[in-house]
Amino acid sequence: MDRGNFARVLAFFLLPAVLIYSIFSIYPLIATIFDSLYQRHEGGPMTFNGLNNFRTLLGDETWSKPFWNAFRNNCLFFLIHMCVQNPIGLALAALLSLPRLRLRNVYRTLIFMPTMLSVVIIGFIWQLILSPLWGIWKMLLGALHLGFLFGPYLGQEGTALITVSLISVWQFVGIPMILIYTALLAIPDELVDAATVDGLNQWQTFFYVKLPLIWPTIGLVSVLTFVNNFNAFDLIYAMQGALAGPNFSTDIMGTLFYRTFFGNQLQLGDPTMGATVATMMFLIIMVGVMIYLFLIQRRMQRYAF
Amino acid sequence: MQKRFSTFAVHAVLAGYTALALAPIILVIMNSFKAKRAIFLSPLVPPNPVNFDLIGYHKVFADGAIGTYYMNSLTVTVGTIFFTLLFGGMAGWALSEYKFRGNTMLGLYLAIGIMVPIRLGSVAIISLISGLNMINTLTALICVYVAQNLPLAVFILGEFVNQIPKDLREAARCDGLSEYNIFFHIVLPLLRPAMATVAVFTMIPVWNDLWFPLLLAPTGGKQTITLGVQQFLGQYITDWNAVLAALSTAIVPVLLFYILFSRQLIRGLTSGAVK
Repeated sequence: MDRGNFARVLAFFLLPAVLIYSIFSIYPLIATIFDSLYQRHEGGPMTFNGLNNFRTLLGDETWSKPFWNAFRNNCLFFLIHMCVQNPIGLALAALLSLPRLRLRNVYRTLIFMPTMLSVVIIGFIWQLILSPLWGIWKMLLGALHLGFLFGPYLGQEGTALITVSLISVWQFVGIPMILIYTALLAIPDELVDAATVDGLNQWQTFFYVKLPLIWPTIGLVSVLTFVNNFNAFDLIYAMQGALAGPNFSTDIMGTLFYRTFFGNQLQLGDPTMGATVATMMFLIIMVGVMIYLFLIQRRMQRYAF
Repeated sequence: MQKRFSTFAVHAVLAGYTALALAPIILVIMNSFKAKRAIFLSPLVPPNPVNFDLIGYHKVFADGAIGTYYMNSLTVTVGTIFFTLLFGGMAGWALSEYKFRGNTMLGLYLAIGIMVPIRLGSVAIISLISGLNMINTLTALICVYVAQNLPLAVFILGEFVNQIPKDLREAARCDGLSEYNIFFHIVLPLLRPAMATVAVFTMIPVWNDLWFPLLLAPTGGKQTITLGVQQFLGQYITDWNAVLAALSTAIVPVLLFYILFSRQLIRGLTSGAVK
């Protein structure tokens, strides 16, 4: 091929993807970061504002209180996923990968089912189930003689965030389960056989042979959980509304961003401050991804394979 | 003896968790077919001739918009998958097949989109879409979703291009086929299995997304089913028949689709994830 022809071929194959990606993904990300450096005046033009928006967000009481509140809540949201969702996913995957297990595919398919549904639908289903009006949950606890535990979980500041987090855990447990299950299946049979010959029982084989081999997958699951959690919005919006009630106790970065940008009953929308919140989310996610790439993944690869 | 007991324990745990995963969904679908009294008095009883009632569904379908919302979701999802596969396949092919300056840089440039959620650019996406006069259009949604899904598609499909034997392409070149014909008539058909994987990755999040429909196409009959149901539920919040029926209408098609294709879906998820 001569050069002009080659360039034409390259352009034909690459341009559509690069253009769409650049216009609708990269440009908006960069423009958002730029917006966070500007200030919009009522009806007037935007003026350059340096890092003042960030100073306001982190330092000015009216902004910093909601921000740190959302950040703390988001950390707890992530922690609950790490401590409940991923261990349950790991346990289910370990059971599913046991040799000669019957009905394996049936369990796997059914447990993964909630993950397929929209977060909005899941949120509403649980809202109905927990509702004192319908009383399903109350009845269930009563049958277990635990009736005293019942309360309007979603309406109390102390319990709302934990409840919403656990609902999200319930929905997404299928993802760590499937990823870890695949990793477990990929472990060569000889390794497990050798361990059995050496006299290790099922538990020991799991903890000393299989678990060290699937650390990279667990690392991947953790970083996926991190990115998804700090980018979450749908569930809180569907269950608790944009104000992330009661009294902002379920407010996370995603809902704070939405409120700041669009405004709500309490304040007007502010595009540049919205962009500032989005940029902070971007930085948080980048820090998480970098920690994974440079600390966790590197060490694990050396160790595992 | 002990062996049998431990097998039983494993099944008990798995079956128990399966019940926990399914019960809430079954409960909602079951009660959507019951009269209001029965929903409240005996929520755990399956629908039977005495308590059977379709009033909730009458309300959902009387609204008339549900069908439109389904079509919107279908259009957006199919459109997104089509363009993601086409453009992703083309770019994946070019990046793996041709040596040119900037090849690696371009790969890295595309990789940004895998890790950074496009949602964070929403502020600028809205002004961009309204600048293009595309607010409340399905095209806007498709553009954003294609941009969101392209990076991963390029990588997975490019990976598969590498697995196609070099001889095949060289033979085609010797026969005088143009690069365009090689891609569309030889490579593209061979990429089909990889395309199924990418389609799975693309489909579920796009169908279920609430964020972009809420931002870009919230009114004017252009709502997707996820947003449409969310708005419907907000309106009818106190009408339990309508709420349960609306939820079931949103759930059942997805579940049917999932049960039909669960094998391919899970295989797609796992094969893509391992890479």
